[in-house]
Amino acid sequence: MKLTINGKDHEIDAPPDMPLLWVLRDLLGMTGTKFGCGLAQCGACTVHLNGAPVRACVTPAAAASSGTISTIEAMAADPVGRIVQQAWIEADVVQCGYCQSGQVMAATALLRENARPTDAEIDAAMSGNLCRCGTYQRVRGAIHLAAGKLSKEDAA
Amino acid sequence: MNAPVDLSRRRFIVAAGGGLVIAFVVPLASRFAIAQEQHPESGPQGAPPAPPLPQPNAFLTIGSDDSVRVLLAHSEMGQGIWTALPMLVAEELGCDWSKVVVAHAPAAPAYAHTAFGIQATGGSTSVWSEFDRYRQVGALAREMLVAAAAAEFGVDAAQCRVVDGKVVAGRKSARFGELADAAAKLPPPSEVKLKERKDWRLLGKPTRRLDARAKVDGSAVFGIDVQFEGLKVALVARSPVFGGKVKSFDATAARAVKGVRAVVEVPSGVAVVADHFWAARAGRDALAIEWDLGPQATLDSAQLKADYVARAATPGAVAAQAGDAPAKLAGARSVLEAQYDVPFLAHAAMEPLNCTVRLGEGTCEIWTGTQFQTLDQVAVAKVAGLEPAQVTIHTPFLGGGFGRRANPANDFVIEAVHVAKAAGLPVKVLWTREDDTRGGYYRPAFVHRLRASLDGDGSIDAFAATAVGQSILAGTAFAAMIKDGIDSASVEGMADSPYLAGVPHRRIELHTPSPGVPVLWWRSVGHTQNAFAMEGFIDELAHAAKQDPVAFRRRLLKAAGTKGKRNLDVLDRAVEAFGWKQPLPDGHGKGIAVHESFGSHVAQVAEVSVSGGRVRVHRVVCAIDCGVFVNPLTIEAQVQGAIVYGLSAALSGQITFRDGRVVQSNFHDYPTLRIDQMPKVEVHIVDSGEKPGGVGEPGTPPIAPAVANAIFDATGQRLRSLPFRFGA
Ligand code: FES
Ligand code: FES
Repeated sequence: MKLTINGKDHEIDAPPDMPLLWVLRDLLGMTGTKFGCGLAQCGACTVHLNGAPVRACVTPAAAASSGTISTIEAMAADPVGRIVQQAWIEADVVQCGYCQSGQVMAATALLRENARPTDAEIDAAMSGNLCRCGTYQRVRGAIHLAAGKLSKEDAA
Repeated sequence: MNAPVDLSRRRFIVAAGGGLVIAFVVPLASRFAIAQEQHPESGPQGAPPAPPLPQPNAFLTIGSDDSVRVLLAHSEMGQGIWTALPMLVAEELGCDWSKVVVAHAPAAPAYAHTAFGIQATGGSTSVWSEFDRYRQVGALAREMLVAAAAAEFGVDAAQCRVVDGKVVAGRKSARFGELADAAAKLPPPSEVKLKERKDWRLLGKPTRRLDARAKVDGSAVFGIDVQFEGLKVALVARSPVFGGKVKSFDATAARAVKGVRAVVEVPSGVAVVADHFWAARAGRDALAIEWDLGPQATLDSAQLKADYVARAATPGAVAAQAGDAPAKLAGARSVLEAQYDVPFLAHAAMEPLNCTVRLGEGTCEIWTGTQFQTLDQVAVAKVAGLEPAQVTIHTPFLGGGFGRRANPANDFVIEAVHVAKAAGLPVKVLWTREDDTRGGYYRPAFVHRLRASLDGDGSIDAFAATAVGQSILAGTAFAAMIKDGIDSASVEGMADSPYLAGVPHRRIELHTPSPGVPVLWWRSVGHTQNAFAMEGFIDELAHAAKQDPVAFRRRLLKAAGTKGKRNLDVLDRAVEAFGWKQPLPDGHGKGIAVHESFGSHVAQVAEVSVSGGRVRVHRVVCAIDCGVFVNPLTIEAQVQGAIVYGLSAALSGQITFRDGRVVQSNFHDYPTLRIDQMPKVEVHIVDSGEKPGGVGEPGTPPIAPAVANAIFDATGQRLRSLPFRFGA
């Protein structure tokens, strides 16, 4: 099957039910997308499929083959993803960091849809992303920070 | 603090070639290194190049490119030492902070914990235990760079100043990188002077993390991310009951799965080795295994609790006592009695356990997120039939540890070596979330029975507590630390509680049953359950005495004198910042808890409401006194995280057993706090100037009791069992 990931086409030989997560990690060596639960419970594996956040651990690669996939590895080059990463660094969000690829992907998808989310909207959009280190308060702060940066960029 | 530090016992050495390397020689470890130290590389030109160091022992390397490379003797698992330990070096060194590069040290004796003697990360010790060593490393390098500059400039060292990675004297200036090679040829000074706290420029200032970029762009490498040519992925089918053994298995179907390369039996079960995770999983699902489940197959949580409750009513080993509490209670007019209990808990670090092994000719390489490098090294050597020095341990970032990756039994590490050995392939043994949740090494379950009597003016005159729960040390290499039947971790925070210091009759007893559940240190260890029981019961006593919970605690802490002082100060700060006397919205309640652990003192005030049997924690105001501190941003993050960790456990965390099997499996039935449950957390640092204490764990113990006490304030219901459940 063919997969389009971060703007590049890949020809993949994988069992049809193999989740996108393991295609990324074990076949393509793209380890930025993390495994946390395998059950769509934790969000560590969040990637964008046609711009929308999906859980790669329960998305069969075959189901993603007709779409466009982007992963954390592409966010530095993404206009919103880049700002989110900057905000994350400024707000000193990360701790162990393991959940953070997923947090950044989820936040980027949120800000594309909603440029000025409230705390409640942030909580709703981010509640699928667990963080055992407890970075939630700074995740909220960083999303507001990124929203502010984005609106400044728009105004400029 | 500002007296010169005598370095002669530290056995610093300095190696030439490739910049200035500051290292330590471990006494007795190698005559080779000591010989090298006696003939330092200060000879004339043409002297032979420094022989290679006998073992890795560098802490700091200053390169000719001005890079300042700091090696960490501890593991970064989220607690921020990737930033805090380099800050200690940089403060003394005076380097350009942007030139700092950080890496984990390999496993080697030179990196042994200054207090534990093994290379380890745990007990909230990484910063305080390195507070002197890392500053001395920085100071030593600075002295040598200054000496090199003085020689080059032809001035006295006293005329030189260090500014942001340069040594300056008058109009002359040289970068560290330009001086490094010359500095390395100088004999190291025998003493250095550390800066006074008032002169610090970096320590104590909010400093952002050095690992942030790599952790937001996906490039940070965790154990699970390790990959190299030929590496296979393995999953292990383990006994569904602790202690069970494989009786027989049929791997025909598993071997038929495309991508499966080997199916091997190992002591812990049957491993399926495959090209990738998905094939390994399909292979494991296809295994047919008959287990000999062993004696644990009847383990049942309800029965176990009933057994603990029964034991709690019988005399146990005495952990602490004064006066005659039993007699006093027997004669008291009224005795307040309560039972508190907590369940087993999994650590549930975000990165599931994993370990990668590559065996070679007389070598073994391990990549794993571990908190116990040198113990793992020894255990691996045994399994691999090698000497410890032949085992290389690479420590990538840890996706959380919380104690699970510090296992005296080295379970996830040696198992992977068994798999690699049996399969004859390099393997990454990966645990699914279900494997991780059911893999044991839990925070032990505990039951506490507490009794106390009050005198006429509402002071406690007798107090007795009996704790029942497994010992973490029993059966491990650390078992010798159990004294007279008391594993101090089982009663920590209770036997030595400052609340009891002024109570004339007091007695703490302990029962240590052995139900066979593997248990381990879990963020803040015995303090979790003991603070819950203690702070809840103190609240009950305040209520019985018809006193305000804060006023009641203040009185007890005052009576404890110096032993209660720091708790009292954080209590006052938290209460004031919260606005304890201010009215709360309708239906809201507030609760307080204050507890000392790991050398730090923490008070928390929680504001909650309860509706439809669900607790909502709105706000937590926390005050922490961790003594002299290094990075306020880390402290804030760690305290927030410790609160989230403790709150997850209090609201929903429990591991239970039915027919010997763990009931929970993944985040749907072992839920942890999500962002929409996150309270607003305020962290206030109380600067006592005392000696540095821990930061990673002390924020956890007070949160469960603070919330329980707030629930009581809001609803009148006293919840004494975790996780919180409301009666019908
Ligand atoms: S790994 Fe996909 S949601 Fe947890
Ligand atoms: S930063 Fe560790 S799990 Fe989120």
